[in-house]
Amino acid sequence: MSDHNYTPKSKFGKWFNDRLPLLSLANHLTDYPTPKNLNYWWTFGGILTFCLITQIVTGLTLAMHYIAHADMAFDSVEHIMRDVNYGWLIRYIHSNGASMFFLAVYIHIFRSLFYGSYKAPREIIWILGIIIYLLMMAAAFMGYVLPWGQMSFWGATVITNLFSAIPLVGEGIVTWLWGGYSVDNPTLTRFFTLHYLIPFLILGLVVLHIWALHVPGNNNPVGIDIKKPSKDTVPFHPYIVIKDTFALLMFMIIFAFFVFYSPNVLGHADNYIEANPMVTPAHIVPEWYLLPFYAILRSVPDKLLGVIAMLSAILILAALPWLDTSKIRSAVFRPLYRQFYWILVLDVLVLGYVGAMPAEGLYLLIARVATAYYFAHFLIILPLLGFKEKTLPLPFSISDPVLGGSANLSMAKSDKKEG
Amino acid sequence: MSEKKVKRRDFIFTATYAVGAVGVAATVWPLVDQMNPDASVKALASTEVDVSSVEPGKTITVLWRGKPVFIKRRTQNEIDEARSVRMEDLPDPEKDEDRAKNPEWLVMLGVCTHLGCVPLNDKGDYNGWFCPCHGSHYDTSGRIRKGPAPTNMSIPNYEFLENNIIKIG
Repeated sequence: MSDHNYTPKSKFGKWFNDRLPLLSLANHLTDYPTPKNLNYWWTFGGILTFCLITQIVTGLTLAMHYIAHADMAFDSVEHIMRDVNYGWLIRYIHSNGASMFFLAVYIHIFRSLFYGSYKAPREIIWILGIIIYLLMMAAAFMGYVLPWGQMSFWGATVITNLFSAIPLVGEGIVTWLWGGYSVDNPTLTRFFTLHYLIPFLILGLVVLHIWALHVPGNNNPVGIDIKKPSKDTVPFHPYIVIKDTFALLMFMIIFAFFVFYSPNVLGHADNYIEANPMVTPAHIVPEWYLLPFYAILRSVPDKLLGVIAMLSAILILAALPWLDTSKIRSAVFRPLYRQFYWILVLDVLVLGYVGAMPAEGLYLLIARVATAYYFAHFLIILPLLGFKEKTLPLPFSISDPVLGGSANLSMAKSDKKEG
Repeated sequence: MSEKKVKRRDFIFTATYAVGAVGVAATVWPLVDQMNPDASVKALASTEVDVSSVEPGKTITVLWRGKPVFIKRRTQNEIDEARSVRMEDLPDPEKDEDRAKNPEWLVMLGVCTHLGCVPLNDKGDYNGWFCPCHGSHYDTSGRIRKGPAPTNMSIPNYEFLENNIIKIG
């Protein structure tokens, strides 16, 4: 931390800062020494903050027009789309914003997986991130229920029924969650309340996530510990600020493309049919960002075990810092891990694809193989790899391989190969 | 340290924590229980249905407690099919005689026991119901035969009132 000896220049600033050190905080955030080799994969933290703020602001304005009642919710959403000034824009930003949020968070998570950002001393940052991710899924799920379309209703029915798999108390829990004997008005009103609450919980956790990040400082593509501040670091402002802003603008172009040119492509047409408890749509699929877990759920023929497998698939991530036994963080210096990493990426994409397909025949077989591999990656491959893998030599500093002075030229070369 | 005697003060601490815990639990319970079904939801406990217009082989679906109930007037073929199944072939063994008091009428919650979808009529490998969500197959008695659902579709409490009126609940 660089702000220990900071004193504001103005007299008022000093008076204020002595009573509430906000200026010290601002100074810390500005001067915060950041590894100078951060690439564009590191810009997604800022992008995610933007996503969260966007969802909160658009959500707040939507809530001014939405009516959380089983008889009126569907119509009130159409009212927002047709009558409310710019209602269509605000709703499309909010609904596509959820997808953009998950797109960014998946890139952010896979960045951590590649560069080993979850390893000591950053385990708490990682676990806070997993909690944020779980809350995001809860918020997204409940938000999807609010328009009270067919997918809303049946998605809510299927997901809440997951709890009925719990022995003995399961049915009681489901009735309690519903506030009745089926998904109905009491369910809708409580989901609206929780959907409103969760983003603020996420906001609080984001503050902790960044706080925990600022204790050891950022990991970096080389994955080595660096001295701070040193010739390996640059101040957060203006260097990282401008890079983050540029990446955010690129991201906003993609975001705007969905909002303005294909606002419904990520949704499901059945959700424009009002909820009907008598008829289940022929083909129920969750939103794209939940598909891999949905595929895992369906690949297990037993109800309780299916639910356990799906939850474990998420929770296993929290144990990752201890499952990965390798001391080397960055995959740049782990030739074997690098290959398994890309197989995992492929595996998750395959799970996402089969999650959208009917659970039968070849799709079911593929889902089962992919599910088995997913768990094998974390429970078998990663723990063993730490002992078996022959890693490449690490540079002494970030500047070393670039500016010369390194005793080991081959390592400079291997770094370059990865680009 | 290890021979520290239990003093009056330790007792007071423990007693205070215990009373405090009871107080917290008593305060939290109303906040938890308010989510359970309220009096107005519980009041909608029963539904009466006139089934006189249902043709043999047809199913009607009525809403009871927000859930669909299938009322199927079964043909003789379907009844025979349901009654001839060997118990060993059933994942959740139950006799058709126990499920349909009057063999012609099957009254059953139209809710898949896997994750709560509404199965489709006259579909699936066993000529009964098929759940489109995760592929559970039910036979003409609504018993699970294939797929992830753990149990047969459940039978609500119902009774035949005078001519062709069924009271569910």
